[in-house]
Amino acid sequence: MTLLPDRTEKKLGLVIDLDTCVGCHACVVSCKGWNTENYGAPLSDQDPYGADPSGTFLNRVHSYEVQPETGPAQLIHFPKSCLHCDDAPCVTVCPTGASYKRVEDGIVLVNEADCIGCGLCAWACPYGAREMDAAEKVMKKCTLCVDRIYNDNLPEEDRVPACVRTCPSGARHFGDLGDPDSDVSQLVAARGGMDLMPELGTKPVNKYLPPRPKDGLDRDIDVLAPWLAPVAEDPKGFLGWLDRALGKIDGKTTGGR
Amino acid sequence: MHPAPSVILFTTLSGLGFGLLAFLGLGMPGSTGWVAFAFFAIAYGLAVGGLLASTFHLGHPERALKAFTQWRSSWLSREAWVSVAALLVMGLYGAGRVFLGAHWAPLGLLGAALSLATVLTTSMIYTQLKTVPRWNTALTPILFLAFSLAGGALLAGQIDIARVLLAVAAAAQLAWWVRGDGAFEKSGTTLASATGLGPIGTPRAFEPPHTGPNYLTREMIFVVGRAHAKLLRLVAAILAFAAPLVLLSLPFSHGLAALAVLGHLAGIFVSRWLFFAEAEHVVGLYYGKR
Repeated sequence: MTLLPDRTEKKLGLVIDLDTCVGCHACVVSCKGWNTENYGAPLSDQDPYGADPSGTFLNRVHSYEVQPETGPAQLIHFPKSCLHCDDAPCVTVCPTGASYKRVEDGIVLVNEADCIGCGLCAWACPYGAREMDAAEKVMKKCTLCVDRIYNDNLPEEDRVPACVRTCPSGARHFGDLGDPDSDVSQLVAARGGMDLMPELGTKPVNKYLPPRPKDGLDRDIDVLAPWLAPVAEDPKGFLGWLDRALGKIDGKTTGGR
Repeated sequence: MHPAPSVILFTTLSGLGFGLLAFLGLGMPGSTGWVAFAFFAIAYGLAVGGLLASTFHLGHPERALKAFTQWRSSWLSREAWVSVAALLVMGLYGAGRVFLGAHWAPLGLLGAALSLATVLTTSMIYTQLKTVPRWNTALTPILFLAFSLAGGALLAGQIDIARVLLAVAAAAQLAWWVRGDGAFEKSGTTLASATGLGPIGTPRAFEPPHTGPNYLTREMIFVVGRAHAKLLRLVAAILAFAAPLVLLSLPFSHGLAALAVLGHLAGIFVSRWLFFAEAEHVVGLYYGKR
C-alpha cells in the first residue's frame, strides 16, 4: 500500500553525530553482515575479488572537506542510509505496493516478493538510500534492522540496529523521534539536529548533529619558548670540513651562515 | 540519469503509437477495411511494442501484473491502467472500423482521450521526480504530448495538422531545453543543503564511500556523451522537426512521407536519449558529481 499513513504511532530512526563519527566504516561492515545473513535477499557483491568490484550496501560513509571562511579546513565523515522520511517519495511512486511505510513505527520497508525491480523508487529518493541488488534484481534499503529491534531472541542490548550496536565512537543513536521526551529527541534539540535536503520536503525522520565548532589557537603555544635557545651549532672536525667543502659546491652551509 | 535503451525505445515508440491511435480515434483518417487495418496495425505495433520493451528493464517482469495495484498514488501504476484501457477501447473501435465499416464516434473519442492520457501518465512518471530538477516541470508533459501528437499526425497522414504540430513540438522542445539548463541551480539543492554542512563553510566531496562505482553512480550519474549534448540537440532538432517540415512542403509522395516519418522518429530517439543522459539527479551531489 503506497499511500503514506497520515501519521505513525512512533517515528523510529537514527541520530547521527557528525562531530563524533571517525569514519571507520564499521557501521557499513556490520550493516552488510547483518543484512546479508538475515531479513530478505542477501546484499550481493559483483566481482568482489576482481578488478572492478561493486556491491549492494544499505549504508555508506562519505567524507567531506569543509573550508570555513577563516582557519583550516575540517574533514567530516558522513554516514548515509535511509532516513525513513515522513513524506517518503520512494513509497508513493511504487506501482506494486512493495514499498510501504509502517503505521506502527514509521519504518520504510520493501516487500521483496512484490518488487518488480523497476527502480523508480531509487530515482525518487534524493539521498541514494535505495540500491537495486544486481543478483536478486529487487530493491534493497535500510530496514532499521527491523529483525533485531523487536527480536526477543537477542539480548536486550542487541535490540538496536547493527550499525548503532557496532559504532565504536558512539556516533549513532537509535530511538523514537516522534516522542519529544525520548533520548534521541532531546539530543536533537540540544545539539541542533538537522534534516538533509530540507528543501525537497521529504521530512526525514533521521537527524544529523552538526560538527561542533573547532576551538582556535590565538596565542603562543609554549610559554617557555622565549627561554629556549635555538639549536644551530657550527659543525666541527671532519663534519665541519665536509660542510665547508660541500658548501663551496652548492653555496649552502649548516648552521645558517 | 542512465539512458536505458529499453526505456528510450518504450517512451519513443509508444508515444508515437498512442499519438497515431489518438488521431485514428478522432477519425483522421476515417478509412475502413484493409486501409484502416494497416493504420491500426502500425499503431498497435508501436504502442504495444513500446510497452513490451519497457518490461525489459524490470528486474522481475514476471510480477508486472502487480503494477496495476497502486493507482491511487503511483503514476507508473496509473500508466498501466490507462494504457490497457486505451488499447482495449481503441481495439473495439478499430474492430468496428476494420470489420464493420462502422464509425462509433463516441467510442473513438474516448479511445483518443485515453491514448493521450497514456502519454500524459508516462510523462508524469518523470515530471513528479523532484530529485531530477530538469524533469520536474509542467513543460515535461507538454513536451511528451507535443511529440506524441506531432508524430501521430505525421503517421496518420494529416499533413496540414502535422506541420502545425511539428512547429509546436519544436517550440516545446526548445523551451524545455532552455529551462532545463538552469533547472539544477534554480532548484536550490547543493552539496551544502545535502550535507547540512553549509553553515560551517564550503563543503567539497573529499572521499567517496567506496573506491569503485555502485548502483547509484551507474544509474543516476551518467556523464558519457554530455559533452556532445549541444551537437546532439542540433541533430535531434533537424531530424525530428526541420527535416519533416521541409519534406512535407515538397510535392506529396509516399516515399517522402515515409522519409519524414523515419527522420522524425530518429530525431525523437536522439531527443529522448538526451532527455535521460542530460538529466542530473541530486544524489550526484553526495558523490561530488552531477
